[in-house]
Amino acid sequence: MEEKITGSEALMRCLESQGVDLVFGYPGGTIMPVYDKLFHYQNKIKHILTRHEQGAIHAAEGCARATGRTGVVIATSGPGATNLVTGIADARMDSTPLVVISGQVGTKVLGNDAFQETDFIDITNPISKWGILVKKAEDLPDIISKAFFIANTGRPGPVVIDLPRDVQLELIEWKGYKKCNFIRTYVHRPKFELKEIEKVANLLNTAERPLILAGRGVMVSNAERILGEIAEKGDIPVATTMLGLSVLPSRHPLNKGMLGMHGNIGPNIATNRADIILAVGMRFDDRIVGKVSEYAPNAKIIHIDIDASEMGRTINPYLTIHADAKDALTPLLPLIKQNTHTKWMDLFSKCERIEYEKVIKNQLKPGSDSLMTMAEVIRKVSDTVDADAILVTDVGQNQMSAVRYFQFSSPRSVITSGGLGTMGFGLPAAIGAKIGCPERPVCLFCGDGGFQMTLQELGTIMEYNVDVKIVILNNNFLGNVRQWQELFFGKRYSHTQLLNPDFIEIAKAYGIQGENVKTREEMSPAVERMIKTPGSYLLNVNIDPENNIFPMIYPGDAIDNIRLNESQKLNVLEL
Amino acid sequence: MNEIKPYTLAVFSENTVGILNLISIVYTRRSINIESVSASTTAIPGIFKTTILSYSDRETMEKVVAQIEKAIYVVKAFLFTDDQIVHQEVALYKVPTEKLMDEEDLEKIIRHHNARILEITSDYTVIEKTGHTDETEALFNELKKYGLRQFVRSGRVCVTKDPIEHVSVYLSQRDKEEKLNN
Repeated sequence: MEEKITGSEALMRCLESQGVDLVFGYPGGTIMPVYDKLFHYQNKIKHILTRHEQGAIHAAEGCARATGRTGVVIATSGPGATNLVTGIADARMDSTPLVVISGQVGTKVLGNDAFQETDFIDITNPISKWGILVKKAEDLPDIISKAFFIANTGRPGPVVIDLPRDVQLELIEWKGYKKCNFIRTYVHRPKFELKEIEKVANLLNTAERPLILAGRGVMVSNAERILGEIAEKGDIPVATTMLGLSVLPSRHPLNKGMLGMHGNIGPNIATNRADIILAVGMRFDDRIVGKVSEYAPNAKIIHIDIDASEMGRTINPYLTIHADAKDALTPLLPLIKQNTHTKWMDLFSKCERIEYEKVIKNQLKPGSDSLMTMAEVIRKVSDTVDADAILVTDVGQNQMSAVRYFQFSSPRSVITSGGLGTMGFGLPAAIGAKIGCPERPVCLFCGDGGFQMTLQELGTIMEYNVDVKIVILNNNFLGNVRQWQELFFGKRYSHTQLLNPDFIEIAKAYGIQGENVKTREEMSPAVERMIKTPGSYLLNVNIDPENNIFPMIYPGDAIDNIRLNESQKLNVLEL
Repeated sequence: MNEIKPYTLAVFSENTVGILNLISIVYTRRSINIESVSASTTAIPGIFKTTILSYSDRETMEKVVAQIEKAIYVVKAFLFTDDQIVHQEVALYKVPTEKLMDEEDLEKIIRHHNARILEITSDYTVIEKTGHTDETEALFNELKKYGLRQFVRSGRVCVTKDPIEHVSVYLSQRDKEEKLNN
């Protein structure tokens, strides 16, 4: 006779066999049998109890993004499950591998509006990569192995497993666990013709003004090094999306910066002047493309992506290759000819000079009588912390400023909510990143608004002694909305001003050290103290309330129509 | 490219819980109305076919296809204009028998529309007609004067004019890959 075990025990064995040693979660009624087993498995599977389910899922996202491994989240049914929805949507947009395990009411009462019942699979169908309700405990090994396979292959994403309470308690015979590596209806590594890669090489080798656009997909498939070699061999400038930042080190001579609405001038101007664009692992998001009809008018665009539904979604590429980035770039590298594009590179130098003179200088070195800018604080932290630090941001001006002014030396160094733009993402994501990568320093920048959306997670920091350096760029405003109100709504600051609590006192209540930084003179020593001090630390920095993020491409404008400040446009004819 | 016309989408998928929802949410998201739907198992073991008729433009429908194909259970989705397929619907008409008996033209109507009678009771008669929407509509209009009690029309079913059975070929290829994989 084989031994009989409960569904919950089977789940633990599946997770253990899958190599899971860390989960984030929050218990509740319908998931209690699983939590009872977690008690027995606490030496094998570490459970991080956050203070809210949303905190658990963003922490799992942060952990997954930093490590590349699938994040695991456990929550109860009903409100526990619905509190995960924002995180699931966020993970879907930013291709973050997650396995979400939610409790569900017993199968006998499914559909009867039982206590804490929600139809979680249907709620999450539009935002999950896969979702399934487990009807029988004997199906668990198969479902869990499929879930991990689906979550972290192809274009990664969140998978939802809804686990009714009676299934957690059902007795089954344990027949072992086998990792899934094939699903008939799901192609995780698409095949492509090598002659397509030859076409790409020919286009790039004969281009006069080639440009590579790199997204996070390059890092997801561990193709950073090959991408760098292709760029170096062909002397091709690389521009990245926000999520693609850190694919090359910030100081790499061919890393020309970030694309998009608040991106660097060079990459945006160059997109509209390039003759060949190679886009890899990115999805031509509307904040990168701007006015579609005037996007990259001179370029033949080659789009390599693992998600076929991204091909031609916003722009019409000249050539598409449906493939994993590494699979496509590996055969491309030997076909790329040694080349130089000196004249083309001059454009970037010119753009960098203008951006420095007109924007960056004023942000990094504002006059001594002016209020503090976000940029100078961010750059000071970046210069002080170890080079391999992970930057985590919340959403809004703090995010735009942080990704513009923080400098990176190794891949997977940026964790930020890109596609969904989830305020409140920062603090829990930073906690997850640090727990996933304890050897790397983690710096979080957030605004006073976003910080208050999930600040209960300071409790998680306290309980698990997580070392996260937190900087609140405090302008007492919902800054990004305020900037748009200033620019597009006649300075009517409708409901964007915040009366804030004493953040340092709050941190203190959670046993977290911190200090208020009111002046520029206080800022540098405070940052140095924060970095030097072991354990979490919170700086609350007073920022000029009307500090705006520039350069900016206004919504609906072409990407070479760049504003340098509130009143000045870039003169493209100068370039 | 952007002309609004009828598009038939044939989705081949696993026969599993929730598949219709996974397909229909892609339409809902873009606020495209589903004019008709029919779904059933196919000749390929374990494979289910859903046929959906909607009005939209090609560019939008191509994006719908790509997004439906992203669903894990979906094997393939194919987009057709009416000229690429042979399609059919079935309609049932329930008419009071008494009224029909009074009518001299009954035989003419049945013959003319190529319809058939499924059941006759003293109370009602059920007539069946297969055809395109305009054809079942024509019989509907004719039977109205006989006090039509119930009328129902199915969703569209279709087969392609293409000589290759893409789904079978694709699935046997996948089965080979699975063997290689293990």
